[in-house]
Amino acid sequence: MKGNGPGKNRGCGGLITASPFLVPSLIGLAIFYLAPMLISVFISLTDWNGLDRLFADGFMRQHYIGLENYRSILTSDEFWKVLGNTLEYIVLYIPLMLLVSISVATLLSRQRKGVGVFRVLYYIPVLTSWVAASLIWKTILAPQFGAMNNILALFGIKGPGWLLDEKWAMPAIVLVSVWKDMGFFGLILLSGIIGINTSYYEAAAIDGAGPVTKFFRITLPLLTPAIFYVMIVSLINSFQLFPQIMIMTDGGPNGATQVMVERIYKYGFRYFQMGYASAFSWILFVIIMLCTALQLRGQNRWVNYDS
Amino acid sequence: MKQLIALLLTLAMVFALAACGGTAPAPEAKPAEEAKAPAKAETPSEAPAAEPVTITYCNFNANGGQEGTLDEMVAAFEKEHPEIKVQVETIAYDDYFTQMQTRVAGGTAPDCYELNIENFAAYANKGLLAEITGADTSALNETALNAFNVGGKQFGLPESFSNVILIYNKDLFDAAGVAYPTAEWTQDDLQQAAEAIRALGPDTFGIWQPITYNEMFKVVAQYGGALLNQDKTAFTINSAENLKAMQTLVDRVTVSNVQPTAEQAGAMGDWDWFMSGKLGMIPTGIWAFQTFTENCEFDWDIVVEPGSTQKATHFFSNCVVMNPETQHAEAVAAWLAWLTGSTASADIRLAHGWDLPALKDMDALAAYLQVTPPENKVAVFDSLNYLVMPPVIEDYAKMCDIINEKLSAAAAGTMTVEDALNAAQAECEAQIKLG
Repeated sequence: MKGNGPGKNRGCGGLITASPFLVPSLIGLAIFYLAPMLISVFISLTDWNGLDRLFADGFMRQHYIGLENYRSILTSDEFWKVLGNTLEYIVLYIPLMLLVSISVATLLSRQRKGVGVFRVLYYIPVLTSWVAASLIWKTILAPQFGAMNNILALFGIKGPGWLLDEKWAMPAIVLVSVWKDMGFFGLILLSGIIGINTSYYEAAAIDGAGPVTKFFRITLPLLTPAIFYVMIVSLINSFQLFPQIMIMTDGGPNGATQVMVERIYKYGFRYFQMGYASAFSWILFVIIMLCTALQLRGQNRWVNYDS
Repeated sequence: MKQLIALLLTLAMVFALAACGGTAPAPEAKPAEEAKAPAKAETPSEAPAAEPVTITYCNFNANGGQEGTLDEMVAAFEKEHPEIKVQVETIAYDDYFTQMQTRVAGGTAPDCYELNIENFAAYANKGLLAEITGADTSALNETALNAFNVGGKQFGLPESFSNVILIYNKDLFDAAGVAYPTAEWTQDDLQQAAEAIRALGPDTFGIWQPITYNEMFKVVAQYGGALLNQDKTAFTINSAENLKAMQTLVDRVTVSNVQPTAEQAGAMGDWDWFMSGKLGMIPTGIWAFQTFTENCEFDWDIVVEPGSTQKATHFFSNCVVMNPETQHAEAVAAWLAWLTGSTASADIRLAHGWDLPALKDMDALAAYLQVTPPENKVAVFDSLNYLVMPPVIEDYAKMCDIINEKLSAAAAGTMTVEDALNAAQAECEAQIKLG
């Protein structure tokens, strides 16, 4: 009755009505996110140790060191090693996770009896806390008495030292992360599959297409928006890799699983170099921004939005 | 609409700033409230005598079972000092140091609190602690007291101590036909016994001494080495003595295999191995006594750790410190001195089997000796004659992490001991400024 114009009006009026309800969460957002972020910019320009009084008079005068933190991070071997470790994780994790999640989603999209039970089962790891899951996996991956190597031994395979072996520690972390995340990403992809119009499949069936052709010619192309979303989220998560590392390896063996957030935590709270840690966080932020921007830019080449 | 959002955000920021600014006056507000209370009572004649000051005390050590013991101590102290009230806050160890860091930086630190030795060094060097003056420290163990003395100023009082002795499985020694360890033993005797026990079976091991920073600074001292030079101005991590010491430890894993490799050990820790009856010897802390008494189905005893060219034993101590911003320095000093050095406090501590008070006079600890096993409990006190202190520097945690990283590579056999120590030396020199 009222057409387009009032619709816009209603949005604004809605906001005024909603604002009293929004204020509490906005205050939370400002205090716990915006203010610390803003403050951390200044901290990253100082040699603050995390203990001295932050709002004391002359704080900046005493502690300001300009871009020294950024310079020393970017010129340290450690940063590049840690970035390399993070990239190793990403390169192993994302393809494997996509493969597993798409398989899970495809399997769970079939209308079979009991599929609901399996949908729940695959989602349970997602709901498990990282701390509990990491502790259990640590036992499973124990070289001699762990379940993993004993199962491998049944097939005559001598399993590696996993978390104790420099070469295998990161792959082990990747395996555990894929196990934990496949339910979550599988669920997103599942909703993508369910959202595909069934008439495409019917048309393909009439043309004589088999299940494999259907999957590669219909499901996969039309799933690209969901895959794209999964890739962006999982890349950001990968850069922020932390709890599983902290509990399963603590950065070891011999630094093989030291990653960016682990370093930030250690510098801030263990080595008392909060300025350095803040600068490290901002470098991480920039890296994530750049990667996400690149992904957004590249999406036109492969993401298919007409379903 | 945009204006409205901007307005809301500004509002939120103002709230945020107000909240930040609000933290500073908080500690002052408390005493003011306390002062009001007696004033209301309208008995001005009695007021001066009965006006207790309240001090706040934070700790982690009472967490997990000894909260009641600490309460008992506070009650005993308040009875002796009716003019002082102690408000205790006990925080779990895992959260404690992050919490203290935030509170100290935010100006809301308690009047006094507990620190472990690593954090003590960092806090003292950053000028965040007050010198404790006017406290009677004559009853305290001098080594322990000195550990918390920086540049002639007493910044902390040792609250408790624990040390490390060699615990051994008597049954395995009998089975292997080896005489029990004595206080005269050296690392060579230990090696021979370990080999005899290892020969008992494929899953039986002689010793487990973790190849970590914590063992390293002690074992190198047994070989006359150290991680830093005398005046703590240079690292000496890869010295010849240190190399010899660490090579001995690593060879026990990789060459004679009297100590399990990480793979052989599996998910079981060193204590689990000992309690399972498959480990001959374990150098570990006196805090293991309770657990071993409950879980070991064999006879075990203790002895002062064997050395090499000299003996050296571990000593761990937690201390209590004073916040320089406290309004009640005298009351705090009285509480800290009582908590650490009084016999009343020591008696309560011992009665509940908490850790040992760091007292000079061992007679006060007679009750402790009577609890067995271990039979040879006096070794706990004999060990105190050979104490080495951890090489405390400002960047202590970083040094630990660097050394641990390299040692784990050496223990896993992916690096030679020499390369590991050289690498640790180079990294410490590059990343840590001394002096």
